[in-house]
Amino acid sequence: MTGAPGAQADGETWVQACRTDDIEPEDVVRFDYEGRTFAIYRSPQDTFHATDGLCTHEHAYLADGLVMGDTIECPKHNGRFDYRSGEVKRRPACVALTTYPVRVQGDSVLIRLSD
Amino acid sequence: MTATTTATRDYSLIGRDSQRALEQGLVAAAWYHSELPRPLMKALMRRRNGPAIRDTLIWFSLLALSGIGGAVFWGSWACVPFFLIFGVLYGSASDSRWHEAGHGTAFETSWLNDALYQVASFMNMKEPTLWRWSHARHHTDTIIVGRDREILAMRPPDALRLVLNVVGVRDAVDVVRSVARHAAGRLTAEEVTFIPDHERHRVVREARVWVGVYVVVAALAVLLGSWLPLMYVGLPSLYGRWLAHYFAFTQHAGLADNVLDHRLNSRTVHMNRVLRFLYWNMNFHIEHHMFPMVPYHALPALHDELRGDMPVPCRSSLAAYREILPALRRQMRDPEYHLEPELPPCAKPFRPDLHNVVVEARS
Repeated sequence: MTGAPGAQADGETWVQACRTDDIEPEDVVRFDYEGRTFAIYRSPQDTFHATDGLCTHEHAYLADGLVMGDTIECPKHNGRFDYRSGEVKRRPACVALTTYPVRVQGDSVLIRLSD
Repeated sequence: MTATTTATRDYSLIGRDSQRALEQGLVAAAWYHSELPRPLMKALMRRRNGPAIRDTLIWFSLLALSGIGGAVFWGSWACVPFFLIFGVLYGSASDSRWHEAGHGTAFETSWLNDALYQVASFMNMKEPTLWRWSHARHHTDTIIVGRDREILAMRPPDALRLVLNVVGVRDAVDVVRSVARHAAGRLTAEEVTFIPDHERHRVVREARVWVGVYVVVAALAVLLGSWLPLMYVGLPSLYGRWLAHYFAFTQHAGLADNVLDHRLNSRTVHMNRVLRFLYWNMNFHIEHHMFPMVPYHALPALHDELRGDMPVPCRSSLAAYREILPALRRQMRDPEYHLEPELPPCAKPFRPDLHNVVVEARS
């Protein structure tokens, strides 16, 4: 996903990342926005989450990895993170992922980006 | 492209070629990947406990049976076939178990991967934390000179080292030195380039545990006045190691270095079911490097999916050696020579501009 339109709500900057049906349950998609890359997740419980799109270990797009429950596994070295908190779950990843608030509005998945 | 120069490669991780690889954009670079639909990839990546539990039970059962046979016939020639089998299961099959568990792809359940990783690392003489990070580097910079410390067939090939390693002699010497150094709390300058600071205490702790285990087994052998305990712990890592090396050389030997396309520096080899059980399907080596999150039991299916974008696999391990051995012989006098697998007509080359740039810089 690239170039999704931005949106303003409640005085905060929320950006439309994708539509809800762009992601299957227990899966992840890539979202590129203004030179940054994010990973947008849909959990098995049908909740949506967002993290930085690149593994903190080395340059690899997490959207190419595997979602297992609440965990995302990096496709390059199999490091794992809890995508809800960003917490590292398996080496060689050592540094936590940055997470972003997400909300669903209609059929849109919005993420709030820091200023 | 095959350049001709007699300049030697510097395989040190802190040497000249390490810096050159960095300057030439070969470090932590983007590698070629074949395109597969996301639903198919998800299915291939899916973790399961069943296949690895089955295979591990079979493996340990065979270890136990051959081990018991060796003890029953100890003192006669009849024990030899039992220890030959035990040794291969212990010193060679452990290599693929170490590898798969290290990737976290053997089992769905994490602690099973971690447990198998520790056991197989010990049997395989690979210090767990050291090799976890070493192997991560191997996947980041596969066969990049000066970056990858897991290059077996260096150029020009060292024939003596290759022969000694058939029975794991050079590996054993290296491991004894390495474990002693780590047990004393020291890491080399190369090791600190790929093992993060906060992981180094694990290297020291594991080395001390290993020393403790070997001291106990050696003491038992002295107490009993028998080599038998060492036939089960320690020595099988030597006398049973030959098959692991036989497998390992098929992975990359004779192929290109300093490229960013696993199709050009790795080799897929067809093997029979027995060898694939012992090797846990690592004969599908291009596929493994391209998609390391696909478990061993799904690699044959991945191989089928990627067939149109891959070089033709070697028909057997013997066929692989029929191309490897002449290539190594030629590399002894021409270190720049390497095999160039032919890609299917529809397959795309990837970044040919980067291929062999270090060779050009060196010459």
